[in-house]
Amino acid sequence: MSIFEAILLTVITASTPLVIAALGELVTERSGVLNLGVEGMMIMGAVGAFATAQLTGSAYIGIVGGVVSGALFSLFFAFLTLTLVANQVATGLALTILGLGASGMLGEAFVGAPGVRLLPIEIPVLSAIPYVGTVLFKQDLIFYLSILLVIAVNWFLFKSRTGLKIRAIGDNHASAHALGIDVIRMRYLAVMFGGACAGLAGAQLSLIYTPQWTENMSGGRGWIALALVVFASWRPWRLLAGGYLFGAVTILQLHAQAFGIGIPSQFLSMLPYAATVVVLLIISHNRRTTLINTPASLGKAFVPDR
Amino acid sequence: MKKLALALAATAALVLSIGSAAEAADKTKVCFVYVGTRTDGGWTQAHENGRLQLEKEFGDKIETPYLESVPEGPDAERAIERMARSGCSLIFTTSFGFMDPTIAVAKKFPKVKFEHATGFKAADNVATYNSRFYEGRYISGIIAGKLSKNGTAGYIASFPIPEVVMGINAFETGAKSVNPNFKMKVIWVNTWFDPGKEADAAKALIDQGVDILTQHTDTTAPMQVAEQRGVKAFGQASDMIKAGPNVQLTAIIDTWGNYYVKRVKALLDGTWKSEQSWDGLKDGILTMAPYTNMPDDVKKLAEEAEAKIKSGELHPFTGPINKQDGTPWLKAGEKADDGTLLGMNFYVEGVDDKLPGK
Repeated sequence: MSIFEAILLTVITASTPLVIAALGELVTERSGVLNLGVEGMMIMGAVGAFATAQLTGSAYIGIVGGVVSGALFSLFFAFLTLTLVANQVATGLALTILGLGASGMLGEAFVGAPGVRLLPIEIPVLSAIPYVGTVLFKQDLIFYLSILLVIAVNWFLFKSRTGLKIRAIGDNHASAHALGIDVIRMRYLAVMFGGACAGLAGAQLSLIYTPQWTENMSGGRGWIALALVVFASWRPWRLLAGGYLFGAVTILQLHAQAFGIGIPSQFLSMLPYAATVVVLLIISHNRRTTLINTPASLGKAFVPDR
Repeated sequence: MKKLALALAATAALVLSIGSAAEAADKTKVCFVYVGTRTDGGWTQAHENGRLQLEKEFGDKIETPYLESVPEGPDAERAIERMARSGCSLIFTTSFGFMDPTIAVAKKFPKVKFEHATGFKAADNVATYNSRFYEGRYISGIIAGKLSKNGTAGYIASFPIPEVVMGINAFETGAKSVNPNFKMKVIWVNTWFDPGKEADAAKALIDQGVDILTQHTDTTAPMQVAEQRGVKAFGQASDMIKAGPNVQLTAIIDTWGNYYVKRVKALLDGTWKSEQSWDGLKDGILTMAPYTNMPDDVKKLAEEAEAKIKSGELHPFTGPINKQDGTPWLKAGEKADDGTLLGMNFYVEGVDDKLPGK
């Protein structure tokens, strides 16, 4: 394996959880709900996946455990913000704190456990292509899922009838409600989809990225996923590109250091975040397109008239 | 926002543990303030093991409340002050960033005794304690120098503080003692605790041809990568053999328990005095995990070096040693003094990296 392939492989591992978690949040936000609890849902997914895999001995059942943990945890957020109409920003922050704490408690028994690693699946024929084959077609299930998810979500949001409804309630929940769309029910589903994705991203962390459980192992990746959604201006393909750009800058700065390039390490560590800010600036340069892209009801509570 | 989250979490933790700490007042309270979680598998867990040893040793005579995940900064001062108010006789604050808060609280509570780990500021009621980790890193360096095929090791470093720079230099000096051309590549990850990032750094170093790995960060992720890739590695703070059964050569284990027992005994006897303690291998505050996955002659060499350091015959920083740019630092036979070590802000010759901030 050449160093080029090695770097690409590492970039993919680092980018996949960001893309998946951000994609879930993208759907949630398209429905008009701002859930800042991605970090909390992600870490719950990580502990859920690790524990399930450890107890059953199967990394695949572990993935299911992660997805279910994330979705159930987000249900709690949905109940508070959609049914009880609690403030979305505060509830999201609380969800992160609760997730970090609860996962630590739930995972205490699993600290230092050997872990079950999710193995790569080699796709015949395609994996024999030089360079591309090793990098793209000898990957684990979650990577393939992430690409399929981007395609599916893009189709769903912009081509399907339900997707149109989701975008409609995200832009103007009152009108959508007047048209007979069940706003609350749709938002419940969107929030839970976001939670399931964050859980899947968490499963990638504890089954592939670093197959182990340690408290706080999500390391702020949920916050990066949140930024990615804005970075992508709520569009799945841009989100995929953004996720990989972020992953690539993160990995390349480590390689630059190991090569002994004389740039301060703090500067290099900052680069991925700086890149995000720069792209955000470029995107928001045109105020009109930003406004068009942002779901107009984002973060606003909806109380149906009875 | 993450900071806010941490602060809120810390406050919640504070309220909870103060509640439980207030119950029994007749026992002597020996309190702990931790920067991380008790089960981090590294730094804080090592202190937690020391606390558990205290409980075992003194049983009903003492009580040992603790606060976990206290962020360094203004919250630390509040946390330590709450501990002092709750009737603690002795408070161990176990992170470098707790230094100024500890001193500030100690001024307000002259009757309470404090011990700060890894700091350099003391007072009549504030003692400091640290461990000579560099002795262990020197031994690791010797092993690396003997085992590395291409003579290049990778070092995953956290923050450019003297402690870490000293570690890098000790490793290089040890390796050089058996292989004069030994080189080191360094990656700064600017975190103590991020398994993903530490693993990425380990992969980057291995991809660039490093065939031996050492870390100055707190999770077992780099060890796990080393195990997968079949590259030899050293554990940090705790024995990491579970994560790297086929590749861990040894680990530097922080064993604070003996020190804690000694100090609590002094407290109970009424002989506690403020001291600035910097013990090492010979005092048992630092121990080496079993030497594994290496040929017998290398193991013997490592054991000899350990014995010599313990007896005082060998000081890891003994000249001739040059600085990175080739200018002399220590003359032949000259030993580095503790002051220079504790403020170390330069690399020795052979480190292939530019020190941040230089």
